[in-house]
Amino acid sequence: MSAVFQPIAPRPPPVRTTGAVAWLRANLFGDWMSGVATLAMVAAAFYVLPGAIEWLFTHAVWRPDADACQKARGEGACWGVIVEKWRFIMLGRYPFEQQWRPEVATVLLMGLLVASCIRAFWKWWLGLLWLVVIPAFFWLMGGGFGLPRVPTDLWGGLPLTVMLATLSIAFAFPLSILVALGRRSSLPAIRTLCIVYVELVRGVPLISVLFMASFLFPLFLPVGKSPDVLLRVLVGITLFAAAYLAETVRGGLQAIPSGQVEAARSLGLTYWQTQRKIVLPQALAIVVPGIMNSFIAIFKDTSLVTIVSLYELTGALGLALNSDANWRPFKIEGYFFIALVYFAFCFAMSRYSLWIEKRVGVSRTR
Amino acid sequence: MKPMLKLSLSAALVAAAFAAPAFAGKTLDAIKQRGQLVCGVNTGLAGFSQADSQGKWTGLDVDYCRALAAAILNDGEKVKYVPLTAQQRFTALQSGEIDVLSRNTTWTLTRDASLGLHFVGVTYYDGQGFMVPVKAKVKSAKQLKGATVCVQSGTTTEKNLTDFSRTNKLDMKPIVFEKQEAATGAYFSGRCIAFTTDASGLASIRNKDAKDPKEHIILPELISKEPLGPAIRRGDDEFFAIAKWVLYGLIEAEEYGVTQANVDQMKTSQDPVVMRITGSSEDMGKLLGLDKEWLVRVVKTTGNYGEMFARNVGEKTPLNLPRGANNLWNKGGIQYAPPVR
Amino acid sequence: MSAEPLPTPRGPSPAPRRRQWSFRSEAFRGLLFQLFAVVLVGCGIWYLAHNTLANMAARGIQSGFDFLAQPAGFDIGETVIPYDALHPYWRAFLVGVMNTLRVALVGIVLATILGTLVGIGRFSRNAIVRGLCYAYVEFFRNIPVLIQLLMWYLFFTDWLPPIFEAFNVGGLFLLSKAGFSFPVPVWSFGVALALVGGLIGLLAAWLYRRWALRKFEATGRVRSLFWVPLAIVAAGMVLGWLVGGAPTAWSIPRAEGFSMEGGASATPEFLGVLLGLVFYTAGFIAEVVRAGIASVAGGQVEAAGSLGLTRGMAMRLVILPQALRVIIPPLTSQYLNLTKNSSLAVAIGYPDVVSIANTSLNQTGRAVEAISIIMAVYLVISLSTSAFMNWYNKRAAIKER
Repeated sequence: MSAVFQPIAPRPPPVRTTGAVAWLRANLFGDWMSGVATLAMVAAAFYVLPGAIEWLFTHAVWRPDADACQKARGEGACWGVIVEKWRFIMLGRYPFEQQWRPEVATVLLMGLLVASCIRAFWKWWLGLLWLVVIPAFFWLMGGGFGLPRVPTDLWGGLPLTVMLATLSIAFAFPLSILVALGRRSSLPAIRTLCIVYVELVRGVPLISVLFMASFLFPLFLPVGKSPDVLLRVLVGITLFAAAYLAETVRGGLQAIPSGQVEAARSLGLTYWQTQRKIVLPQALAIVVPGIMNSFIAIFKDTSLVTIVSLYELTGALGLALNSDANWRPFKIEGYFFIALVYFAFCFAMSRYSLWIEKRVGVSRTR
Repeated sequence: MKPMLKLSLSAALVAAAFAAPAFAGKTLDAIKQRGQLVCGVNTGLAGFSQADSQGKWTGLDVDYCRALAAAILNDGEKVKYVPLTAQQRFTALQSGEIDVLSRNTTWTLTRDASLGLHFVGVTYYDGQGFMVPVKAKVKSAKQLKGATVCVQSGTTTEKNLTDFSRTNKLDMKPIVFEKQEAATGAYFSGRCIAFTTDASGLASIRNKDAKDPKEHIILPELISKEPLGPAIRRGDDEFFAIAKWVLYGLIEAEEYGVTQANVDQMKTSQDPVVMRITGSSEDMGKLLGLDKEWLVRVVKTTGNYGEMFARNVGEKTPLNLPRGANNLWNKGGIQYAPPVR
Repeated sequence: MSAEPLPTPRGPSPAPRRRQWSFRSEAFRGLLFQLFAVVLVGCGIWYLAHNTLANMAARGIQSGFDFLAQPAGFDIGETVIPYDALHPYWRAFLVGVMNTLRVALVGIVLATILGTLVGIGRFSRNAIVRGLCYAYVEFFRNIPVLIQLLMWYLFFTDWLPPIFEAFNVGGLFLLSKAGFSFPVPVWSFGVALALVGGLIGLLAAWLYRRWALRKFEATGRVRSLFWVPLAIVAAGMVLGWLVGGAPTAWSIPRAEGFSMEGGASATPEFLGVLLGLVFYTAGFIAEVVRAGIASVAGGQVEAAGSLGLTRGMAMRLVILPQALRVIIPPLTSQYLNLTKNSSLAVAIGYPDVVSIANTSLNQTGRAVEAISIIMAVYLVISLSTSAFMNWYNKRAAIKER
């Protein structure tokens, strides 16, 4: 007879590779250097964070009280300056009683932009919606037809930023497609003209284009005619944006295999038919992330128009705080506020761009 | 067919381009047609041109524009104020964006001769000075050896600072900012030891922007002559004459005691000079292309020069600037207007 | 019968070419289109120029570049070359250009280093490092550069102590509202020779590296590629210094009166522009580097691992060299962006070329000339940088079939 089966002690289970502890081991304490780094950063966080949270939240002054803020200087942030001045910062020098108009106009415009981004709205009537909302925006902001007129140099703040960014991209986009096509054209004169335009505009900073727009455009027009400052700046930014967008679109055009164009020719399509029906749809789908990047860049670049004295968000902040000695020491809080606003917009746009990239499926798989 | 269409369109465009426009009407006609005077002012200098939170503009330069509008358009409120930075002001005037530049601009040869402008006169005789914190224990500008000085670009200030620094061998270091707010901000944060601009500007900035005006002093030296006055474009002599004589009229009115309160009564005065001022005897206005009550309207809108000064920058205002050189010639100053006759 | 070679038949003669002057010919349409475009653009430019000249004549505005030879009459806060107010305008512009290049070159170097580190850090094993790098990129990319410049400048002017109470590190390095002041050797023959020696050492080090790499390819023997060249450069500098007489005079910064005497200072304006640009551009460079590393096929990493290379060695020897080809073109545009963004220095008082041109514009009234000088300067810098990078790109490009 064989011996009774004696079970031995069970072996210990294998090391878990899932779960919280396993994640910590892999990601925070993977090797000794990683572990040391983790400990050092946690220690630094313990050192810095309490002070930061105190300054930002606990000891901060939330009431719009300049004296309390002054007393708390160095210990707590003065968010009261935002509570006090947010209207000025967001809406500029727009007359106080009419401020509902830029608010409504901004909401409309942003609603239109968000709607244009959602696939459910990509129907035939989206174009008509654009044609309706943009003039409505100008009517609300500028006046006429029942609303009191407000001259353009009083426009400011967030509506100005959003409007400049939207319109310059909207106008620059068709121009950039033409320039990108022209750059790849086989006609040498067209190609040269487009190359000269793109390299010239991309080689100079936006500030010099804005200086040119603000100082020189009036000289370019016949004696006595002087275009609106806003129009000049818009033209300047549009020309600037078109050059950068043209390079992006050109990248997309280059990615289309030449077999597509050859097949189109063999089908008897003319140049413009080929571009319209075959090449551009594919190319634009590829470069949508690049176009979103350009939009983000232009949105940030609108902050430069403060230098030519159009008081968009950054300029309105400077105006709000510099003219009021009580609140001037708290500029840093003001800067944090508009940095937050810009960050919110740009981060949302970059997230959207990532989503679009996934949808269109252009990322290469490993 | 399509290429032909494109060709004809472009030909039309080219033809339109070749139809080079003739020079448009003069400034005065444009103002009358528009029904509004477009006045370039400072973005915000207390006492000279500043807008309150309701958008209402006040100041010495603003009052000049109101006076001019009252003369030409019969209403001192028919003015559109365009705030301009120091860099934009001359191109705005040259390009036709504004009709008159009333923005504490110094009258110099370079500006008069090479920018295509005419200076109308001097509304304020000023000089460039320095402001330092009391903590620096500096009593005279000549003690500022090696000091950092904040200035705003686009003004005569830089050149004057350099001249003063070289003459007195002070080796000052200028830090030049595009915007005045940035320059004053840097001074008040302590980046520079001194801030320099016209003395009137210093008073205005110290009063408005300093947390405690008593912590800053304005040094006694005036290192340059800064006659501030309005300017217009060349090319319209009629407008030039009106602009000049509005200013001279304001000074004459003060010299002969015509004030905002008593101008209507003065119409019945027997003094021949006052009668010419109020238009009761000879019609001086007709010679300028205006009506005979032009100066009456002007004085009624803004008061005479003395009243404009007192209301905006005088002793009862926070700026508290003394009349000094801006007093009438027979009261110890140098404001001397040619006679309205 | 003797065989005579048959005459070689000639092919059919080619059809005679006929120029087709009709709209149905594509070549003719193309020609017409180009002609029309050139005429349109030419007319447009003529129209603008004519209007500008007419406007300037009507206003009595003078034009011309002759003002460049006249004395400038204004001082500049910080200059690399000697300059005073009696020098002509062109020299003032030259000072501005050198200031721009100074901040651009230092900024490019620092931004590349920081951006590469952050970009590589996004692939780190440590989750906190990955998270911090991601947060860095998102934070600094989504805030406009002007605001970042203004915030840095505000930080420097508000939080630093005044000159008399400067932070003092060993009496040699001072941090105050006048900036970061550090000692510099007094310029003399010995110092000049030390620099020359350093340059010669640089050349020698480069030659050594080429030799060492060649030997490595041939024999597989590893030679130090970093420490030995560094030692060569240092030796060159020391040798030059010794030959020049071994001068030991240093200029130490001290606070005197209202300014910092001695030493050299990085002013708050320079530091504000530099740090603002570096942190902003490093965010973009990090993304470019990340995209480049991600573009290297995964098999390379696995193969490197199977060969026994550590992660660091794999990154340095296998991944980065391949990623470099993908990184270079977008990196070029980031360098150009940094250079162009330095024009924003005019907002915080750093005397770069835009600021100098602004002052000249206001003093002489020559708006057209001053703005065209600004654009010409930036165009030259941009075009030469992209030409150089294009050449480098062609050299490093993956040669396809």
